[in-house]
Amino acid sequence: MFKPIIGGKVFKVGHDIDTDQIYPGRYLYLTLPNEIAVHAMEDIISDFSKKIAGEDWIIVAGKNFGCGSSREHAPRALLCAGVKAIVAESFGRIFYRNAINVGLPVVKCLDIIKKTHQGNLIKINLQDGLITLYNPDREISFEKYPAQLLSILKSGGLISYMKKYRKYSHLIGKLDN
Amino acid sequence: MHPIYQILSRASKRNSVKPGEFIVVNVDLAEVNDLYLQVLLSFKEMGGDRVWNPKKITFVMDHYAPAPTIRAAENQRKMREFASEQGIYNFFDINRGVCHQVMPEAGLIWPGMVLVATDSHTTTHGAFGAFSTGIGATDMAAVLLTGKIWFKVPEIIKINIQGRIGKGVMAKDIILHIISQLGTDIALYKAIEFDGETVKEMSLDERLVLCNMSVEMGAKATYIRPDEKVREYLIDVNSGKYKEYKMMKFADDENSKDYESVYDFDISNLEPQIALPHRVDNVVPVSQAKGKPIQQALIGTCTGGRMNDIKIAAQILKDKKISPSVRLLIVPASHKILQKCIELGYIQTLLNAGAALVTPSCGPCLGAHEGVLSSGESCISSSSRNFPGRMGSKEAKIFLSSPATAAASSIKGVITDPREFL
Repeated sequence: MFKPIIGGKVFKVGHDIDTDQIYPGRYLYLTLPNEIAVHAMEDIISDFSKKIAGEDWIIVAGKNFGCGSSREHAPRALLCAGVKAIVAESFGRIFYRNAINVGLPVVKCLDIIKKTHQGNLIKINLQDGLITLYNPDREISFEKYPAQLLSILKSGGLISYMKKYRKYSHLIGKLDN
Repeated sequence: MHPIYQILSRASKRNSVKPGEFIVVNVDLAEVNDLYLQVLLSFKEMGGDRVWNPKKITFVMDHYAPAPTIRAAENQRKMREFASEQGIYNFFDINRGVCHQVMPEAGLIWPGMVLVATDSHTTTHGAFGAFSTGIGATDMAAVLLTGKIWFKVPEIIKINIQGRIGKGVMAKDIILHIISQLGTDIALYKAIEFDGETVKEMSLDERLVLCNMSVEMGAKATYIRPDEKVREYLIDVNSGKYKEYKMMKFADDENSKDYESVYDFDISNLEPQIALPHRVDNVVPVSQAKGKPIQQALIGTCTGGRMNDIKIAAQILKDKKISPSVRLLIVPASHKILQKCIELGYIQTLLNAGAALVTPSCGPCLGAHEGVLSSGESCISSSSRNFPGRMGSKEAKIFLSSPATAAASSIKGVITDPREFL
């Protein structure tokens, strides 16, 4: 379920990490969470899912994370492998939507990659739009989620949201008023 | 108001929309491909029983055509069963081709419509004046349930292209050049409009390449103002929809305030271009990549497998043989294109030259089957992406080019300037 505050260790990757690198095309016929999870990032970080097992990790990336193919397998694989959130300078737009739809928090924050190192502990406050870094302790703010997206994320993703409301107009109508 | 905003206003039943606004739009067509059984799984998990409107939904079996594994075959079977139960009659099976060619050919694409599809290259249909974008499986499940989707209204970038296209230069070269200048994230969350004399003179096939590759700059959607060429095409495939479009009376107003930014390109002296591994914006003129050995050449897919593309390949390979060290794969974008190419003798020419013909589909572009690469191999390809591991081994290299450059390179076994053969 939705947690407004997420803590974890930083797993750093670079710029333009495309969805083929996050989840290779040769496994797109798979659908079960456990069989998807093992292939997360496999072409760029061997045994990624084993490496992050047992601890809370947050991926920190440069620009355009998740560019390329529309495959929802990409955020699903990361989520199923245990990734708690992703902070990047920018995201491929389909990946960004897909991540929220599967209930994986994604946060846009400039320069995050320069301010963190592999294994650093960070804390994300989704409600307030703040990331806490430690040693020395400091906070970076990020643009808060629009109410619409937060509402999908709070439901635990679009499946639970649709199960509950069955339509979008409920949400948008309320905001219009 | 820009035509993109007019389309989004109509679809969201508003008088106007502004960039940055969240809107919920009615979808005119939703397309699901065979990669994403997750669409049906999410639909069921949402409590979905009947789809909102079977007439506005289409399935295309194109990424695994024909099925390479038992699991892929099971997924396709479940999709066939679902479509049949739901009365979705626009079901295009593994014999039809890539969705981005099959849908326009079937008359399902028209100016002013809103199209969503589970494929990132859905930006292609901006070439017909449609608002079209790629979405993921669960987003699509919600569309099947409700007929609606939320969008943040995008800002619009205008790209003007001027200048006469040189011999041996194709739309693919132009868009690779543009991507190299503007970068892979210039259009993130934004739409791109293409305009200018060069675009107006281009055939629809060529315009489709510009719009198709725009997603490699991050674009959400694209737009080219529909003209006589779109009208002729549409009257041929779906004259009723053309009349409907005319009825909508989209104002053709030019307002510079609608653009977040404007870029001008003069392509008069452009050489054929090559995107070197492993980035689509890692582009050099062919003169700087010449002589690099290749083991596979791919001409086809939703980016480079249309009539225009196969015609030039046949022109270059006529009465020639490909290098014994090269495998040349021809993947027409659709069954219709394949048939027409057979009629016109192009396929015979290509087979005589030593090409292997692959079922009209996405082919090996996404590394699923039908010609994946081994480690250490290099491929020159008219497809869209050269990411690591995209077409098989992560130790393989993909060079992106026009179909003409891929054809010329297959003769010599090394990257070759197509102008040597034209």
